[in-house]
Amino acid sequence: MTEQTPDFLSGYRNAKLVKTVLAEIRQTVTQPWTLMEICGGQTHAIMQYGLDQLLPEEIELVHGPGCPVCVTSLELIDQALMIARQPEVIFTSFGDMLRVPGSTEDLFSIRASGGQVRVVYSPMDAVKIAAQNPEKQIVFFAIGFETTAPANAMAVLQSEKMGLDNFSILPANVLVPPAMHAILASPSNRIQGFLAAGHVCAVMGYWEYPPIAEQYQTPMAVTGFEPLDLVEGILQTVKMLEEGRVAVENAYSRVVTYGGNKVAQAMLAKVFKPVDRNWRGISTIPLSGYGLQQAYQRFDATQRFDTSDIKTEESKVCIAGQVLRGIKKPSECPAFGTLCTPQTPLGAPMVSSEGACAAYYRYGRKST
Amino acid sequence: MSESSFKPINMQGPVCPVPHHHTGTVVIGHGSGGAMTRDLICNVFQTYLGNAYLEQGNDAARIGLQSTSGELAVSTDSHVVFPIIYPGGDIGRLAVCGTVNDVAMLGAEPAFLTAGFILEEGLPMDTLIRVIESMAAACEEAGVQIVAGDTKVVEKGKADGIFINTAGFGLIPPGRHLGGQLAQPGDAVLISGTLGDHGIAVLQARGDLGFESNIQSDVAPLNKMITALLEAVPEVHVLRDPTRGGLATTLKEIACQSQVSIHLEEEAIPVKPDVQTACDMLGFDPLYLANEGKLIVILPEDKADKALEVLHKNPYGLLATCIGSVFDTNPEQVLLKTPYGTTRILDMLSGEILPRIC
Repeated sequence: MTEQTPDFLSGYRNAKLVKTVLAEIRQTVTQPWTLMEICGGQTHAIMQYGLDQLLPEEIELVHGPGCPVCVTSLELIDQALMIARQPEVIFTSFGDMLRVPGSTEDLFSIRASGGQVRVVYSPMDAVKIAAQNPEKQIVFFAIGFETTAPANAMAVLQSEKMGLDNFSILPANVLVPPAMHAILASPSNRIQGFLAAGHVCAVMGYWEYPPIAEQYQTPMAVTGFEPLDLVEGILQTVKMLEEGRVAVENAYSRVVTYGGNKVAQAMLAKVFKPVDRNWRGISTIPLSGYGLQQAYQRFDATQRFDTSDIKTEESKVCIAGQVLRGIKKPSECPAFGTLCTPQTPLGAPMVSSEGACAAYYRYGRKST
Repeated sequence: MSESSFKPINMQGPVCPVPHHHTGTVVIGHGSGGAMTRDLICNVFQTYLGNAYLEQGNDAARIGLQSTSGELAVSTDSHVVFPIIYPGGDIGRLAVCGTVNDVAMLGAEPAFLTAGFILEEGLPMDTLIRVIESMAAACEEAGVQIVAGDTKVVEKGKADGIFINTAGFGLIPPGRHLGGQLAQPGDAVLISGTLGDHGIAVLQARGDLGFESNIQSDVAPLNKMITALLEAVPEVHVLRDPTRGGLATTLKEIACQSQVSIHLEEEAIPVKPDVQTACDMLGFDPLYLANEGKLIVILPEDKADKALEVLHKNPYGLLATCIGSVFDTNPEQVLLKTPYGTTRILDMLSGEILPRIC
């Protein structure tokens, strides 16, 4: 680790600088505005640092659907559980997914009853496991937004290069721009400005966003994840709103460029193609997910395992769908903090640290 | 039959094959209770951990007590950490320090330990010896003796190398009352050093984080530092070591036990920059990571400076500092004041996915 890293962090967490920007926000705002931070990582940081407590009361932050664990559909989770139950399978996943409730159980309970479920930190670790266990089928649960998609694509390309016929992924990646369309086109939409997800834009750039901003007359600022990044993104969005200007600005220029990472985008286009995807609690959004291109279909776990016999059933109390669409706050759920806690989650947003409900619970927003 | 293939007949009759001598690895026979167990005890355990009590060689140790006043503090802890050896420590040092510290948190002077070993068939003897040597060194440092022990060997795959249970015994001097239920409004909360070192060191030693650092576990016996502290400042109300669940979970327990709230200043809480960076990369909060050589001290505020002075003189307390205070409002809550002037509630650890850390 380099010597500079801590300075870099303390710089973007510098309380004095954050307070200066907050004062500027207070000077700028003249009327109520409702902003949505897209990414669950941003929700988490806002709660962790308590930034919502520091904003002028005119500004309401609504938490977006940007937690990949939360929006992964129940069908996909039940498919994952069915695959993980197969004796010849080593099922690999990011740790967050293990506690997400499927219709009847979760990956932890599969592991407890003898299934091989392993937590990995990168899909490349799953490829490694595949190379080491030629007699097993290794399946990686490829969840995430555009941020994790390049690594998932890389895992497919790498296993092709290594000639592994025992590696596959359960494709579950979702895409931000179609979700923005879905939110803004909804008749119940309240969102007037967006904080676009900085790390998604690091991969994809933000060239996809100006037409969306234009179509729905909604300004956006590409925003990072440190306290200073977040207040800067809010300031830029509020300035545009107050000035009546619709544009997409970049408040995270130390990481994001307009065009994004072209190499990663080329790799994504090679391996994946946009497909319709069901978002948990929201609905099916057209062309909002990544499926495998024809040439890589053989790496699709649903082609290798029969998962057709699945009956899904959602909790009746959980209002995750309304939370994910920004209609309700987690604390407005009747089950919040009582029936539904991080130990006994009813819905996915209570599971992942990026989930709005978990962030509310963990950072003490038990009642508002 | 050709001349060259002719072999002379063995005229000695059937001969029992001499069994292989298993010295390189642990095998099932080492747990049989027979001669191989005896060899293991003599060659390994007695060699490194031997003392007059172990040498009695009976089913139980007989210990004469010099003082029978005061009360006895007893604690037990099973250690299953993976990997067995990690930067800054190993399961042997952990098994001694963990139990020594638990006993010391009541203000007791830990004196005796027992140790139960569950060994997996195939464990390299060198690894076992290294762990036992490390236990011996930790016992020496803490001034305790292992007075009874047990060894079992299980088939390969039924355990993970080595599991160690230790129990610890120590006398609490008369008049000494410490406990998690004794925090008082107006008390100060001290921590003896940086948080999260052990948790990150162990995670990183598993080799699947994809980065390297020089973070070392803080595993250490704290009893001598505690003795010095309590001699100088007998007014201490609570001592606790923030192991699994970290500082946040431990303070939450104390807040519930004592029916008080604890307010922390985030900026005052010491975390090493490389531990903080590792946490940022992995999405962990250092306040929830395990520590194995840190001490929480809760005591009347006017005694805090004196306590810090004593802690600073000990190698395990060099970075001791005051991180918060105790209040009677909002009982059972732990509140963290951020550098931005905001407050957040710290709850118990829930659901973080961490490997076995102790």
